Amino acid sequence: MLGNQTLIVLIGTLLLGVASGMVGTFAVLRRRALVGDVVAHSALPGLCLSFLLFHSRSMILLLCGALVSGLLGAVVVALMKRFTRLREDAIQGIVLSVFYGGGIALTRFIQNRYRNEPGSDLESFIIGRAATMLKADVLQIAAVALVTTIIVLVLYKELTLLSFDEQFCRVQGWSTMGLDLTLMLLTAITVVVGLPAVGVVLTAALLIIPPSAARFWTDRLSTMMMIACLFGGASGVVGTLVSANISGLPTGPLIVMTSTVIFIASWLFAPHRGVVWNGNRSRDLDVDPSWLVTESQFADESPADLQIKRGSGM
Amino acid sequence: MSIATVLNKSATLFGAKTPIPFEGLTTKIAELLSMAPTDVQNAFWTIAVGALCATCCALAGCFLVLRRMSLLGDALSHSVLAGMAAVYLVTGGVEPVPMLIGALIAGVMTAVLTQFVHKAANLPEDSSIGIVFTSLFAFGVVVVSQAKHVHLDLDCVLFGDLAFAGVDLRPMMGWLWPHSFQSLVPSLVITLLFLIVFWKELRLTSFDPVLAVTLGFSAGVMHYLLTTVVAIVTVSAMGVVGLLVVALLIVPPATARLLTNRLSTMLWLSCLLGTVATTIGYFLALKWDSSAAGLTAVVAGIELLAAIVFSPLDGLLGRTIRTVRLRTRICAEDVLAGLFRKQERGDADAGVAVSTVQECIELAGNGFLAAGSIRWLKTRQLLDHSGNRVSLTARGYNYGRSLVRSHRLWEAYLHENFDLPHDHLHDPAEAMEHFIGPEIQRQITDELAAPAEDPHGREIPHIER
Repeated sequence: MLGNQTLIVLIGTLLLGVASGMVGTFAVLRRRALVGDVVAHSALPGLCLSFLLFHSRSMILLLCGALVSGLLGAVVVALMKRFTRLREDAIQGIVLSVFYGGGIALTRFIQNRYRNEPGSDLESFIIGRAATMLKADVLQIAAVALVTTIIVLVLYKELTLLSFDEQFCRVQGWSTMGLDLTLMLLTAITVVVGLPAVGVVLTAALLIIPPSAARFWTDRLSTMMMIACLFGGASGVVGTLVSANISGLPTGPLIVMTSTVIFIASWLFAPHRGVVWNGNRSRDLDVDPSWLVTESQFADESPADLQIKRGSGM
Repeated sequence: MSIATVLNKSATLFGAKTPIPFEGLTTKIAELLSMAPTDVQNAFWTIAVGALCATCCALAGCFLVLRRMSLLGDALSHSVLAGMAAVYLVTGGVEPVPMLIGALIAGVMTAVLTQFVHKAANLPEDSSIGIVFTSLFAFGVVVVSQAKHVHLDLDCVLFGDLAFAGVDLRPMMGWLWPHSFQSLVPSLVITLLFLIVFWKELRLTSFDPVLAVTLGFSAGVMHYLLTTVVAIVTVSAMGVVGLLVVALLIVPPATARLLTNRLSTMLWLSCLLGTVATTIGYFLALKWDSSAAGLTAVVAGIELLAAIVFSPLDGLLGRTIRTVRLRTRICAEDVLAGLFRKQERGDADAGVAVSTVQECIELAGNGFLAAGSIRWLKTRQLLDHSGNRVSLTARGYNYGRSLVRSHRLWEAYLHENFDLPHDHLHDPAEAMEHFIGPEIQRQITDELAAPAEDPHGREIPHIER
């Protein structure tokens, strides 16, 4: 029933989901959810330049190029934050769209000029094409999943500290910049490995949605991470199986849609935090510290948020 | 009579149903550039479509950038696909009007859902944006990939077709116009109306939301009105530039923001920058056989980079030049003050302090600006320099004396007003001496009743007036 090719894809997307869930947990808690999106979009031109340089289909070479330009995008965001008066959201939008635009221009250029060369169809990286995953690709994903797991386990305590109390982390003598860079690197590697399967536009979803869904189930970081891995893996498996059985359905978007379904289900049915569980209980009586809005929380809000908060009497 | 009417009049002479309102001009340009007349027409219409598209996006985008809603623009451009897909699922067709309405609803839904997930599920706002738009986009891609309809094309949504915008001409009012005018012109009209009607409210809620609320203007209503306008612009521009509409929405306004502090200037400047980007992007795409929308984004990015470096407001180049100038002046002044002190100590040759170039460079702090600061002094005729012998000119002597006066006055002032030990007075004075002009010297002198000596017992030099 399961073909050999489907099995390979299945293992690949499973591992991808698990790795993204693990790294994504920290990215979401550290409020770096959209960094993955910036890295993914910025990776496209590097991928194309790598093809133009080496004229090779080797996934490793392509992904190295992608990693370099993805990280470059993240660095440009940091530099622009330091040296211009633009706000972070505008900077992210700028870097994302300009790099992505460069990538689109290069993919089209390559497709028109090297039409007869194998592997020149780089536009498949935009939406992803998991169905053509090779054994070697899966091995790469496995290697990356293993490395990220090891790094996350080794730095677990430090990353936890960084996610919840940056200042205490610094006071304790840890280099928050070094840890942030490590986290960024892990995010970038996970995103880049996910590109062939899920594509530039949607890879960020794998980092954001499963950890956000896991957040409904628990208040413990370790549990949240495990649930996020579980959800990520499950999304990968279900998405792949559905796309394998209905011909013509793209795998990447299906994986994302599966994780969205898991997210909505968690939101509705998770114990304690879920909508159904909370049913008749008034939120005001259930004192949850996160509902105590402090002054500093207003600082980063957009004007419209302020209005909404004021309107609801907070 | 405006140029347009002249062109139109001449066009009617050539017969009404020409593919371009002024065919005569086109043939002339074509002859001039030795191109085919159709190519010139094509280019003309493409540039017009690009300009229209860039203008709509820039006008709406300025407020996105100012209100820190840039990422909403990005999210909108993705989720619009879901609206079109949903309409296709329900109606089974791709009629333009239902498609437009579906896309609009999806656009506004994105804004509402983002806020809803943020508040109700208690998740950070960036996560909620990420969840909403990726989910909607994934849904859109799945539906569109199944659609066997020719006019619902994923490639068009992803990349747009600016390059063909000038080819797809439809008759309207006696002439042939680009098809995309049908959606772009109304959306420009709506955007302009929105800006004109709500100009005051938009400015107020963008720059001072708290004041706006206290004055009784609802920032929330403006937020959703703006979101609707952005959704309209996004939907109409997507057919031309695809997902990269976000580049036109954010990058030119951000560039304009770096170049000006006035909202009205920012608006027209961003329209201009966007139009230049689409035009150059189109020609580059022709040259390299590539995507016009992608190259438009790249050109817009280059414009932004140029603004970051060269902006007259706080461009990197200007800032660097100002810093280098200031540091050169400070190094040079250190040399003058040092030479003056040397002369004061009596270490002088016939009343004039003499020094070597090496010593001056040492006084200037040995930094990479030291040599430049010596040149600075010579061009201002503050130093005499023959061979290796360096001495103060009369002007240099006065300048150095004023500096030392500032230094010692500041020491006296610190000593008088702050409880600092004597050895803590020199360093702050060494920094301040470069920024104390005659006026502050006078004020300190008045306040301290014309002190004769600094706390270390050295004479404060006088300046003859």
